[in-house]
Amino acid sequence: MNRFLPILTVLLVIVALWYAAAVKLNAAWVYDQAARDGGAVSFGQLVSGTLNQDRPVLPTPHQVVTELVKSTFGMAITSKKSLVYHGWVTISATLLGFVIGTTAGVLLAVGIIHNKAMDLSVMPWAIASQTIPILAIAPMIIVVLNSMGIQGLVPKAIISAFLSFFPVLVGMVKGLRSPDQMQLDLLSTYNASRSAVFWKLRLPSSMPYLFTSLKVGIAASLVGAIVGELPTGAVAGLGARLLSGSYYGQTVQIWAALFAAALVAAVLVAVVGAIERRTLKRMGMVR
Amino acid sequence: MTWVIFALLFWLAAWAVNVRLSHTALVKSKLGKLVVPAIFGITLLVVWEGLVRGLNVPGVILPPPSAIGARIVQELPTLWADFRQTFVKGALSGYVMGCGAAFLTAIAIDRSPFLQRGLLPVGNFVAALPIVGIAPILVMWFGFDWQSKAAVVVVMVFFPVLVNTVSGLAASDQMQRDLMATYSASYWQTLLKLRLPAAMPFIFNGLKIATTLALIGAIVAEFFGSPIVGMGFRITAEVGRLGLDMVWSEIAVAALAGSAFYGVVALIEKRMTFWHPSQRN
Repeated sequence: MNRFLPILTVLLVIVALWYAAAVKLNAAWVYDQAARDGGAVSFGQLVSGTLNQDRPVLPTPHQVVTELVKSTFGMAITSKKSLVYHGWVTISATLLGFVIGTTAGVLLAVGIIHNKAMDLSVMPWAIASQTIPILAIAPMIIVVLNSMGIQGLVPKAIISAFLSFFPVLVGMVKGLRSPDQMQLDLLSTYNASRSAVFWKLRLPSSMPYLFTSLKVGIAASLVGAIVGELPTGAVAGLGARLLSGSYYGQTVQIWAALFAAALVAAVLVAVVGAIERRTLKRMGMVR
Repeated sequence: MTWVIFALLFWLAAWAVNVRLSHTALVKSKLGKLVVPAIFGITLLVVWEGLVRGLNVPGVILPPPSAIGARIVQELPTLWADFRQTFVKGALSGYVMGCGAAFLTAIAIDRSPFLQRGLLPVGNFVAALPIVGIAPILVMWFGFDWQSKAAVVVVMVFFPVLVNTVSGLAASDQMQRDLMATYSASYWQTLLKLRLPAAMPFIFNGLKIATTLALIGAIVAEFFGSPIVGMGFRITAEVGRLGLDMVWSEIAVAALAGSAFYGVVALIEKRMTFWHPSQRN
């Protein structure tokens, strides 16, 4: 309750501000209509006229929610107007890319902690790469793979993989290095082999770091998949919904797609978070 | 074929040098920490060049680094114009406005624990969302020029900076605040002399995250519509014409700009938070 009430207040304030902004931004259209009819607009007419336009400058929350519900539950899921269909296109690319990127990141991290030359050569580049807008290569990857005959899921997944790869690599190296010297010394007094040290000490103690970077990685994967849908010109997916909405001025559709993307991101991060809690609990590492 | 063999030989030789170097005392020094990654980077470029030439990869799939380098030199004025449009006008102005707004908001809600408890979870949640999706809406509102890009950047950098500043303002511990109270320091004195300095490492963490976000926001926003100048515009336009060497040139500029931006903020951090344990030694 102590946490719930403040959050609710903030959310209510945001919704109230949103309605106020909608009235202000959409007012021009109402005034324009009234001027053509040659009448004046009272405040009540202004408000009611701004809240339910077909192509508002800023759709109101209830319009967005209605559109969201309609295009999620009101359509057959195979229909091109269904957000479930578009959402699934995006999610499948996200998940495939996330799996590829995470696997590659973890494997490279294992190589890095066991090989000093690799550590010294690769790590500075991996860290520097986090400051680079990798997303800029998205259009190129899509088009180049397209010209090689590869379309659909895989190009988007490659972009997602790129975006989730570096956070996972950096986090995992940090995690695998997290056991302190005391613990490593203990294992060496047991005459433990390198693989035993890895499986029994390094890997378990890297888990909290791994999950933290997995949460960053999956959010980045989703952004990659959405941006990867833009250059192909609005075929399918949440990014395509954003793009076609902006082509045809369908603001309600853009906002609905945006909310769907936010929802997907929240669910994906929450799923990783739930797995994290269960895993850490089983391992006795809950803080 | 000779190119491929040369590339592989070069790779093996460079790797051997790096392995040898990594076991000497040199790598403990600053110089060694630069040399080893530099050799690795050069190796990547040579292997890329050798494989592309040796296997006759067409330039519309992957141009060799030499062609990209030549293109960069040749198109310097265009690249500079794009850089100014996207980075200076779009990303930088948005970055300053967004970070400034986030900082002021954090100070404004500092006195209300209630607002903080409400805003922090919301801010954390929003920071994980794919905010770039807001780009088409802002492009519609603010037009195709840099104003809409700056607006996207403002929205993208706002929440990470806000969340970090709020948690930074809570970083000074009770003992220190009690000391300020025994000096009978006012709220503003405590804020300026104790809590803001103590918050600096957190604030800079947010500012550093925001540098990358700012550049991404400005470039992606141009995918939704832009005047005929700008890095994002050039990338999409040249991809359409299969001028991949130009695309790679833009990417090189973006990478350079991104790391330089980050580096500058990190440098300022080093100067301002020299007292913090992570900056010493």
